[in-house]
Amino acid sequence: MSKVLITILLCGLVTWLIRVVPFALVKATTLPKWLLQFLSFVPVAILAAIFVESLLVYHQGQWPSVNTENLLASIPAIIAGVISKSLLVVVVVGIVAMALIRAFGWT
Amino acid sequence: MDAQLDFKAGIKDVMPTVFGYIGVGLAFGIVAHTSHLSVWLVLLMSLIVYAGSAQFVITSMLLTGSPIGAIVVSTLLINARMSLMSMTVAPYLQKESMGQNIAIGTLLTDETFALSMNKLNLTDRKLRPAWFHAANVVAYLVWAIATVIGALIGSLIPDAKAFGLDFAVVAMFIGLLYLQMITDRSKPLLRHLTVAGFVAVVMVVLMRFMPGSTAILVATILGCLFGMAVEHHE
Repeated sequence: MSKVLITILLCGLVTWLIRVVPFALVKATTLPKWLLQFLSFVPVAILAAIFVESLLVYHQGQWPSVNTENLLASIPAIIAGVISKSLLVVVVVGIVAMALIRAFGWT
Repeated sequence: MDAQLDFKAGIKDVMPTVFGYIGVGLAFGIVAHTSHLSVWLVLLMSLIVYAGSAQFVITSMLLTGSPIGAIVVSTLLINARMSLMSMTVAPYLQKESMGQNIAIGTLLTDETFALSMNKLNLTDRKLRPAWFHAANVVAYLVWAIATVIGALIGSLIPDAKAFGLDFAVVAMFIGLLYLQMITDRSKPLLRHLTVAGFVAVVMVVLMRFMPGSTAILVATILGCLFGMAVEHHE
């Protein structure tokens, strides 16, 4: 078996365990109240973290720099969200905004 | 999105996120193609690993000849945050069979997790396997197909970025975050904003010391602890 295939299989196994083991644990026991309270913050915290990560560029040993393109395109996307409250509208406005930013070389 | 929790509603609800999978999936296929991975390996990786950012990292580490152990550890670090998402969803499916739980967990992604959290706010805090399977399976198939197409046409597209499609995934997370903050009435909006603001600052500081994928995990944990402290204080 090739190295690439072994790598894919092992990475798949690790990722599957990460996804599935918490389900099995929760099914087998009842989570304590403090943990449920902790987890109630996961959606907003993790989505905020994923969003901010996309606005930054990592440089080893230095402060991250700003991804100007993504930052600029985020502004109309956020406004579209506030006005429409629709996921589809946010996505479409974001794509169009990014295409325009690149077409006009605004960064 | 409404209160419906059947298979059809799941397909309807996942549609807006499809753009994100297509944008990133095509990009991955193109990168994998230029990294000399065959179309078959691209398909296998998408079906077996099924994790956006990890697949990019695996591909680039394979290209630079990293040892298998290092690639597996990197995958573990990048995907560790998924266990937080699984643990957050699981209590809502505790009454379903172990098989259903494992099936849903197997295909859970950032996107379908966020969708399910949005959905909870409309369904009186309930989720059903039929709805979840629909969203998960559509996402899984679209991802696999998009990455394969990317690998097939990779050499034909000179500049895929010109269409702005790669931003779809960021826009999607903006939408999911905003909708989560305004529809999750279990906490006041101000608390959601405070936690999100705290996480943003922490991310900037953490990325001085660690790459983004690790920073997401650490910032999420710190953000949840911060939220608990604020809630406890009131």
